Amino acid sequence: MDSISITGAKIFFEIPIFGGIPITETQVNSWIVMLAITILCLVLTHDLKVRPTSKRQIIAEWIVEKVTGLVSGNMGERFTYYAPFICAILGLSAFSSLSSLLGMYPPTADLNTIAGWAILIFCMITYTKIKTSGFLGYLKGYTEPFALFTPFNILSELGTPVSMAFRHFGNIVSGVVISTLVYAALASASTLLFGWLPGILGKIPFLQVGIPAVLSVYFDLFSSCMQAFIFSMLTMLYIANAASADE
Amino acid sequence: MELANAKAIIMAGCAIGAGLSLIAGIGPGIGEGYAVGKACEAIGRQPECKSSVTSTMIMGCAIAETTGIYGFVMGLLLMLLAPNLFIGKL
Repeated sequence: MDSISITGAKIFFEIPIFGGIPITETQVNSWIVMLAITILCLVLTHDLKVRPTSKRQIIAEWIVEKVTGLVSGNMGERFTYYAPFICAILGLSAFSSLSSLLGMYPPTADLNTIAGWAILIFCMITYTKIKTSGFLGYLKGYTEPFALFTPFNILSELGTPVSMAFRHFGNIVSGVVISTLVYAALASASTLLFGWLPGILGKIPFLQVGIPAVLSVYFDLFSSCMQAFIFSMLTMLYIANAASADE
Repeated sequence: MELANAKAIIMAGCAIGAGLSLIAGIGPGIGEGYAVGKACEAIGRQPECKSSVTSTMIMGCAIAETTGIYGFVMGLLLMLLAPNLFIGKL
């Protein structure tokens, strides 16, 4: 039986400054994803007209309309200017997770990627809070309802990015781990069942045909889109919450 | 001999801890089952609300899953990270 291994991202090379900055598969794959999204945007927005004549422009308008509707529906009309950011997070997350369909290592299966996004969103939440209630008001918010609650408030504040990062990371990585385990199990099961067949026929893993695809539909397609949606949904809700804390 | 024993105990502790951390899957299982049951009731009562009930339920289920995912991540860390971390120091 083959041994199975579940590994993290491979390190391609190291930049020899500051004691060596490793360039991993995660980074390279997220560059590829960013490039793909940029090309998609360029293709969709190329040659726009007032009256849409091409299918491309209709798709682009549909995306903009949907995201604007989602943002203004969840955050209120005055936050519609967040729509490009939310769309960027949504697209980046969805495309990164879906890249595992092409056999790439999905950048979202690395905690560092999502922790980066979560820290960015945490900064935006804090910025929104300070902007709405002033710096002193922001500090005062930690002593609500009374001073004894300060440690718990700080803990729950720090828990926001951690929970967002772990939720997304855990969902994607559980898919990777379970797919690997099922794949290995099917390989050894088919060796056991069909290993007696003569010659090359005994070496073909018959059970591996088709069955992993069902798992892939759930873990890669459904779970990826779901997590991207939930991540952007939570971003919207947290920012909108931060802005309305004082009213 | 001493060192080998300590390593074995650490490995065993990590493996048992990883197994135990997956008990966290019970909570989301019960919670999601309850949510889906209630959603079915709601759809039975008002079939015209099916699409909005379904999307809200999926959203809620995915958020309820979080605690189970925490357990899974802890198990993963215990399996992959903790043995190297502790044994490297011995």
